[in-house]
This record gives sequence, C-alpha cells and structure tokens, in this order.
Amino acid sequence: MAKTVVIQDINATGATERNDGWWVEPLMVLGGLGLFIVYATWAAIQGEFYAMEKVEEIIIPAGANAAEFVRPYLSPICSPDLPRWFPELFSWYQWSPAFLILPFPGAFRATCYYYRKAYYRSFFTTPAACSVGGQPSPLSKLLGFTKKYTGETQFPMYFQNLHRFTFYIAALFMVILAYDAYQGFFGWEHIGYADGKNFHVGVGSLVILGNVVLLGLYTFSCHSWRHLLAGKLDCFSCSDFTSKRFDAWKRQSFLNEHHMLFAWVSLIWVGFTDLYIRLCAMGIWQDRILF
Amino acid sequence: MAKAEATFHVFRGEAADAESGVEASGEYQEYKVPVEEGMVVLDAMHYIQGEDAPDLAVRWNCKAAKCGSCSAEINGKPRLLCKQRMDALPLDEPIVVSPLKTFPLVKDLVTDVSWNYKMNAAIPPFQPKEEDTDKWEVFENDVVRTQEFRKCIECFLCQDVCHVLRNHDRKDAFAGPRFMVRLASLDMHPMDARNDRVKYTKEEAGIGLCNITKCCTEVCPEDIKITDNAIIPMKERVVDEFYDPVMKVLRGIGLAHKK
Ligand code: SF4
Ligand code: SF4
Ligand code: FES
Ligand code: FES
Repeated sequence: MAKTVVIQDINATGATERNDGWWVEPLMVLGGLGLFIVYATWAAIQGEFYAMEKVEEIIIPAGANAAEFVRPYLSPICSPDLPRWFPELFSWYQWSPAFLILPFPGAFRATCYYYRKAYYRSFFTTPAACSVGGQPSPLSKLLGFTKKYTGETQFPMYFQNLHRFTFYIAALFMVILAYDAYQGFFGWEHIGYADGKNFHVGVGSLVILGNVVLLGLYTFSCHSWRHLLAGKLDCFSCSDFTSKRFDAWKRQSFLNEHHMLFAWVSLIWVGFTDLYIRLCAMGIWQDRILF
Repeated sequence: MAKAEATFHVFRGEAADAESGVEASGEYQEYKVPVEEGMVVLDAMHYIQGEDAPDLAVRWNCKAAKCGSCSAEINGKPRLLCKQRMDALPLDEPIVVSPLKTFPLVKDLVTDVSWNYKMNAAIPPFQPKEEDTDKWEVFENDVVRTQEFRKCIECFLCQDVCHVLRNHDRKDAFAGPRFMVRLASLDMHPMDARNDRVKYTKEEAGIGLCNITKCCTEVCPEDIKITDNAIIPMKERVVDEFYDPVMKVLRGIGLAHKK
C-alpha cells in the first residue's frame, strides 16, 4: 500500500499540506482592506458632501425648509477641516481636506503591529498563512523589498520602527474627533438649525459618537502605547509612580488583547460614518432627529 | 457497530548522508487505524508501530503535552502528536503526518533540532544584580509578565512554523520566536544585571527579520502570546535604543537612562 508522494518545495508561495481553508482569512482581509482603500479614495476625490453645516453645501429637497437640513456633522476622514479653519493659509488649496488628513491615520494604521501582520499576509504573502510557503509577492517587490526576504530590517520596512510617532499624532487626532462628536450634540445653534436650540440628538450624532469611541479603543489599545505606559520598565514595584504605571499597563493590556477587533470595527465604522454623512448631505438619505 | 477507521499518510524517510552526499528522501505510506475514544495521533502512531511498521521512528516521552518531544506536522500544521485529538480531525480524508520541515530529518517523524540548542547556548545566561541573592526581595508584580514565558516546553513548534526559518532559511541571522521569548524574559527581569540584551536581540538574534505575522503564537501548545507579549515588546525596546530620535536626544541630555 505504499504511496509515493513527491516531497514538494515547501517554500513556493501557496505550497502546503494544509487541507483546511487557510486562504479564506487572507482573502477576506484583502477584500476588506481593499474595499476601504477604494472607498476612502473615492470619497476623497469626490471632494464635497463631507460636512452638513452649510446650506449651500448640501442638497435640499425642492420646496423644503433648508434650515431643517443642516447638521453639525463633519466626516471623520475630513477632520480637522484645515482649509475651513485657516482660509488664508489654504486659499490655494481647492481639493478635499481628506487628502491633507488621511495620510496621518493612514500612516498610523499602515505601521500598526496588527495591520502589518494583516497585509504582510494578504498583500505580501510573507507568508499568506501559517505553514504555507510564501515568497515576497510582486506587490511587496514593487514596494521596495529586495528579492530576498529581509523582514523589517531594510528600507522601506525599516520605517515600521517609527510607529510610536504616528501614535502620538493619532492621539492628538482623538482630541479633535472628540470635539467633533461634542459638536454633533451641542453645536446646532451656530450652524443655524431651524428651531434655534443648541442641543439635539440626531442619528448622525450617535454615529459620530460611536466613531470616536471605537477609534479611541483602537488608538489606545496600541502596542506602542502599552510600551510607553509601562512595558518598557523592568521593575514595576520600584516606586509609587512605576506601580501606578503598572496598574495602567494591566488595564491597557486588556484592551491590547482585542486590538485586532478594534482595528476592524473602528475601520468599518469610520467608513460608515463618512458614508452616512455623505448620503445625508447628498439628500439620498435623511438624518432623523431623535430629540 | 463497526469502529470508525482512520487513514493515515505517514512520512517514512531517511536522513541525508553527508559522506556520500545523498540527500534526505522519503515517501508517504498509507496505514489504516481503528479509532478509539479519546485517542490522540500519537496513539495512532503507536498502533502503526505495533501492527504494521515496527521500525516507524517517532519521538515521545510524556504523552501529556509537557515534554515537547513529539513535535511533528499533522495535515500540514505543526502540532504535538500527543495533544492532537483524533476527534478533532476530519476522518473522511487521509490524515497526513510529517516531520518538522524546518529541521534536518533523522528518520521518519524524527528531526534533528540541535540548532535550537546552539541558539539557546549562545544567549548570555541570567546574571544576578547583587552578589548575595539571599537578600533579594522580588514582588509578584515584577514577575507576572515573565511567568507566561516560563511555560515554554521547548517543543520548537514555533521555530518550525516561523517562515523566517522555514521558508527563507535565515538560521544564520534569526534565532526564532522561542528565543525571543527567552530574551524577553531575561531583559524584563528586574534582577538581571546585563544591559546589552536589547542589543543582542537586535544584532545577534535578528528581531528585525520577524514581521510579526504571528504564526508562532498560533501554534504554541502552551498558549504563550509570543508575538504580543515577547516579540512586540522587545521590538519596542529595540526602537527605544536604536531608532527613536527623541529617545536619543533624551539620553544625550541625561533625561532618559542609558541602558
Ligand atoms: S511572528 Fe515573527 S517570530 Fe513569530 S512566526 Fe511570525 S515571523 Fe516568526
Ligand atoms: S514558545 Fe511555545 S511553541 Fe515555542 S518552543 Fe515554547 S512552548 Fe513550544
Ligand atoms: S495602532 Fe496597532 S499597534 Fe499601534
Ligand atoms: S510526548 Fe511529551 S509533549 Fe508529546
């Protein structure tokens, strides 16, 4: 009953003895990240309908009262809206603020330890799945990998080592996004909403609040933050301050365990928040005011 | 009721012979094994030894997932033969059992993992800070983090699955996840006197070659979160010392410790 099976080259991309659906996960990640990149690019190129604060920037059904359609909502992919904050400085700038903003969260996610795993597997096939052979994909070669696998030791992957700086910037963005979420509830008067009251809760306010909460969970479950909090210490009980840091580290470690989950949920929610505001601004969907 | 029967394709092969230059070779042989309740794959290998192939080479000791001897690959996945239950495997297709593919073959399911012992021996051992270790007071909080690393049973499944060693054959430059775990436990130890662990981790153990794709974590039978708790924290320590320009300035003006 001897069966001769040729011992395959275990190093070729896709070579494996695994008989489970190992390709499902990398394909889903490829699809998910790909979809987000395509959507965000499209949204940025569209260049309008990312905010609902001004009557002239949204589409109002014929004959309706325009003041009932403005909302203190701003898409997270265009926040902060720098051209609006500093009109003189950006007088030459005529495109969507998304192009100014997206590089920062983009760099944060691109150097994130979780996303690195995700795209090294799905886009670069080093490796696509465990105990599945994987040589650098054409894409990874295009991006500057040498023929030989060099991990994160050489340009451009070398820059993955600076992830913490993108975290610092992302933490600053959280302040701005929290302000936007606050505006979603308490910013109705100065945009001239119909009834003149300052506080309302719209479905959009809740969507934006969800966005800042999920982004906060993602941002502060970061591995670099975990290191900075106390991971870098060798002795936790050496002083009161280090003990406090240890307590914070323990709590953050709980979040950190779910970093992948937060990475996905927050990504999806950012896309959804933008889509929601965009559809409302375009008059395709109507935002409801709950109270 | 007829007993369920499993079909195995078990790798049978011989080592390379350095003298004659013959390469390692082998083939998969088919065996039928009746499935008993609670059976693990190692039991099936013993059944084959008893019934069909007394010369089948398989290494094992504890049969309790604690000695790390019976490492092999089952349906292409690095596993402990004694921990893989039969009822968790699909029986409608052959179960493929092969040796660890990252290390040289000795015979059948047995591989020569001695490269790992060399990597281990090269790491400078723990060096206590104070002479008189009786006076030590170590608080629980300071060792909780490294407790996890002590669970390692040196099965080397993580070394086997790591693509840096397995597919790119960088045994010359990368010590592998098992030793990232060991280096982390030494560097994070509050009583270790050496301050060159991070440098060693970068330059000798080659942590930059790991691209944190987490296969080591996926296969570890002790559920050590190798990537999240050992490798990434060590990568961050390497950044502190070698890549972070702000830390460099802070060290320069004396606001951060020189390690
Ligand atoms: S995470 Fe790093 S060490 Fe672990 S298997 Fe992947 S490349 Fe190897
Ligand atoms: S870290 Fe886990 S997989 Fe690696 S040798 Fe230790 S027990 Fe085995
Ligand atoms: S954001 Fe993912 S590790 Fe920092
Ligand atoms: S025989 Fe000891 S771990 Fe399997």
